Amino acid sequence: MRRVLTIAGTLLALVCLELLLPRVLPNTYYQRILMLCGINVILAVSLNLVNGLTGQFSIGHAGFMAVGGYSAAILSMRVLPPLAAALAAAGLPEPIAEGIVLLLALLAGGTLAAVAGWAVGLPSLRLRGDYLAIVTLGFGEIIRVVITNIDAVGGARGLSGVPRYTTFFWVVLWVVIVVTLSYNLLKSSHGRAMLAVREDEVAAEALGIDTTRTKVIAFVLSAFFAGVAGGLFAHFDAYLNPSSFTFLRSIEIVTMVVLGGMGSVSGAILAAIFLTGLPELLRPVKEYRLVIYAFLLIVLMITRPQGILGTRELTMPWAKKKPLPGGAGGAG
Amino acid sequence: MTRIEGSVRGDSGRDSPRLTLEHVSIVFGGLTAVSDLVLDVGPGELVGLIGPNGAGKTTVFNLITGVYSPTSGTIRFGDKVLNGLKPHRICHAGIARTFQNTRLFAGLTCLDNVRIAAHQHATGSLADAIFATGRGAADEHAIEEKARRLLATLDLSDVAETRAADLPYGRQRRLEIARALAADPKLLLLDEPAAGMNPQETEALMHLIERVRRDFGLSVLLIEHDMKVVMTICERIAVLDYGVKICEGSPEAVRKDPATIRAYLGEDVA
Repeated sequence: MRRVLTIAGTLLALVCLELLLPRVLPNTYYQRILMLCGINVILAVSLNLVNGLTGQFSIGHAGFMAVGGYSAAILSMRVLPPLAAALAAAGLPEPIAEGIVLLLALLAGGTLAAVAGWAVGLPSLRLRGDYLAIVTLGFGEIIRVVITNIDAVGGARGLSGVPRYTTFFWVVLWVVIVVTLSYNLLKSSHGRAMLAVREDEVAAEALGIDTTRTKVIAFVLSAFFAGVAGGLFAHFDAYLNPSSFTFLRSIEIVTMVVLGGMGSVSGAILAAIFLTGLPELLRPVKEYRLVIYAFLLIVLMITRPQGILGTRELTMPWAKKKPLPGGAGGAG
Repeated sequence: MTRIEGSVRGDSGRDSPRLTLEHVSIVFGGLTAVSDLVLDVGPGELVGLIGPNGAGKTTVFNLITGVYSPTSGTIRFGDKVLNGLKPHRICHAGIARTFQNTRLFAGLTCLDNVRIAAHQHATGSLADAIFATGRGAADEHAIEEKARRLLATLDLSDVAETRAADLPYGRQRRLEIARALAADPKLLLLDEPAAGMNPQETEALMHLIERVRRDFGLSVLLIEHDMKVVMTICERIAVLDYGVKICEGSPEAVRKDPATIRAYLGEDVA
């Protein structure tokens, strides 16, 4: 019951936010950055499941994002319009009809990305460290090159005409979902199994943890959320291009996880917001923008090599300390 | 979950399966690390495995726990053949171990270290965990309770929230035992638990092993260089030298065995 109330309350708050946003922040440029922050938070928090929690070094996150983004876009452009029409005909207000279509497209995109994650993860998670990094890097590049060569999805020209369904509400809703589920996982036995794999794979295995399964689970979950983020991104810009999903995109997400502190969910959130906002804040310095950006990154990593939060978590001051499922510090 | 609750109570009458190694050998390249080893550990027994450095003792542990697969021979636990099983499956079958050079999850708290080993008994699925369902919460509750009880048993309650890496060495070894017990083993493999301990700690450890064995109804296979420990608490001792078992018997018999004295004990111990 309390859970239903919480969910209802959250949804209500999000609807209010959505309605208030144009009044509080009429500048669409700022709205755009806010939404990009949200999408990057989803990407960073999801990659944190693999790179931070489970300690596997994956650098192919943009690939999963691309799988989710393109499949969600194709669905809402070519498969779901009849549904949208039917919903509209049934008298649903337009935002709700569009929302339903978007939600279906996102879930399908996420699922396809998760399947891709499973297909890549199952054979490659036997590899460790550098080897896994190379396999995931290869996967990301293969996805990008394949998309570039499929004419049906626009090839190198990109896919235009994706319905612009992504609103502030949907981005924040998914941020809330991804962050909440990550926290739940972190505080659970399954999450600790992932930490065990990160800390010492041999010991974890000897203590009854199926390390391969644990890694694949982390990989699949992470890919699912990356797929959702890709779907949000697709319906945000109304245009997709393979060049949005290059190796550099993956590196950017890895940077967020490392900067935030490996394994820290709140660290990943902070870093994603910081790294999305920083280049925009630096616009006044024009051509020196990227130089300063890089410089700041270097300084940060030298002064705090463990990341902004290390493995710690920010706890909300209003969050009640629960009696038993404790260890809010999770990674300790 | 019933297993979590039931097992920690320590039903000492429980019969643990018999571990049997039947003519087990393992060859690495040209080196036969363990050769034609016949060994068994009966229900509730405490068996010592001794021998000089490089005799293959830890290799025997690695064979039993599935880190290595034997080149020939069969390892059974009760009726179950362990050959070729992955280590986590062998742990599920009821065999837990500690490591010669402790392998704690150094960055995690002591509580987390112990809780991780209890993960296999969680009944909730991944979905229960990420959606924080009632069943997931019940799992967490049972696991935490069990972990705290084990920490108390091993005198580690005061450091439950301390990072494992920050513990002194002797307590790290105890934590490894607590962690192994959280897996609900029926057979516990201890790899040099007294290494690096001072005499008082070693003394306490001996009592601890005895107590744990009794309270948890375990069989124990122990590798140890501290002859006082081995001779005092083991009921039976097997001696390895160059991968070959050269002697097996009661502590008295082993102490007097000429081959053992020559290979390992030296003249003055007898």
